[in-house]
Amino acid sequence: MRDIVSILPLAVEAVSFRGDGRTLVDGLRFDIPAGGLTVVLGPNGAGKSLTLRLCHGLLAPSQGRVRWAASMEGRAKRHAMVFQKPIMLRRSVEANITHALAAAGISGGERAERSKAALARFGLLDKAAQAARLLSGGEQQRLAIARAWALRPELLFLDEPTSQLDPAATRQIEELLAALVAEGITVVMSTHDLGQARRLASRVLFLHRGRLVEDSPAAAFFAAPDSPEAKAFLAGELIW
Amino acid sequence: MDFGAIFKAAFALMVGLDPAFLAIVGLSLRVTLTAVLIAALVGLPLGAALALARFPGRSAVIVCLNALMGLPPVVAGLFVFLLLSRSGPLGSLGLLFTPTAMIAAQVILVLPIVIALTRQTAEDLWGEYRDHLRSVGLEGVRAIPTLLFDGRFALATALLAGFGRASAEVGAVLIVGGNIAGYTRTMTTAITLETSKGDLPLALGLGLVLIALTLAINAVAFGASRIGARYAG
Repeated sequence: MRDIVSILPLAVEAVSFRGDGRTLVDGLRFDIPAGGLTVVLGPNGAGKSLTLRLCHGLLAPSQGRVRWAASMEGRAKRHAMVFQKPIMLRRSVEANITHALAAAGISGGERAERSKAALARFGLLDKAAQAARLLSGGEQQRLAIARAWALRPELLFLDEPTSQLDPAATRQIEELLAALVAEGITVVMSTHDLGQARRLASRVLFLHRGRLVEDSPAAAFFAAPDSPEAKAFLAGELIW
Repeated sequence: MDFGAIFKAAFALMVGLDPAFLAIVGLSLRVTLTAVLIAALVGLPLGAALALARFPGRSAVIVCLNALMGLPPVVAGLFVFLLLSRSGPLGSLGLLFTPTAMIAAQVILVLPIVIALTRQTAEDLWGEYRDHLRSVGLEGVRAIPTLLFDGRFALATALLAGFGRASAEVGAVLIVGGNIAGYTRTMTTAITLETSKGDLPLALGLGLVLIALTLAINAVAFGASRIGARYAG
């Protein structure tokens, strides 16, 4: 039932963002075509999170623009975002999903159906009635992904989704993300975890101090990075 | 004075469900509950809107609202009295010395509490929820229902605080209601009058009902915050 016209590729055209009198993101230029998992990699403060927020529309660029292949007039925006610290509404697990669906203008009957499907797909069916905020950190992030998935996005942004999780929960989320990519959802995630990037990425956007330094297929990036910054980062020498 | 006899008479009034006694309690509850209901309908959305809105002078508005939470009831009464008195701007309505006038005065007392506490609650929630709500397209006015619902336990406490303030005040209802027997006599105005008249059993009986009410309010508020903690985590 998805619209035939795709919102992808996403084109980021010379996007800059200034805040606090400083240029935090400078002249970003890249495309996100359909498919694959793009990792936005870089040390702390490189502008990874800002880049995702600019793409998702939470922030407006100071310069340049973010252009989708199809216009998104109307409510359903067909790209969703999951945040570093899961944002859980003070409601049940299931109500967290139906709330997002209601916000997207989905009618009552379909809301219930879709949230059930999401709960089942992400193994949260037995926790449907529990208070979302009392789930463990890993479960909360799983619910945040389920909630985004229920919106049937073409593209999913994730901002360091596992940085606050223990290794077991991290592994679980990584498996989930790989499954989403296999399902055909385009994923763009930021991380500063090299191991995670190696495990998941099909493409790497390497940011350093607000600039896009390297945009390469993951295999090429990890085998032989072009830029001295990326080389230093891979060697563990570039901290910020 | 025989305190034992006074207490006995007071309990007899309460247990015997004396009609005049019940009428006073009933009117007090009707006036205050109506005032709280009106203040909630107006104040909850307004408080949430104030939490989200950014405009010049916003800080001044917030400071004024916080200050109004401590508005002396007699001043609120005086204000409504001036509005409703025969020569006042709303004098033609003939509302002075009616329960409606008392409700209006109590709305003025409760509304700042509801708006100020709702503003605080909604602003805290928005700080936490902002990214997600904006991500799913809920901004501005469209975010208000979510913030009010998710703040429901804190907001229930705010409404109870408003109820407590209105049910305990005497100055406003005395000025605009006039303490007319059987018509605008509330628990607090009756206590004032009966004490000065020397009818201590009635004053004491009403006083005990007020204390019981205060206890009940606090018990409910405590319960609400406990239930809230289960959901708020």
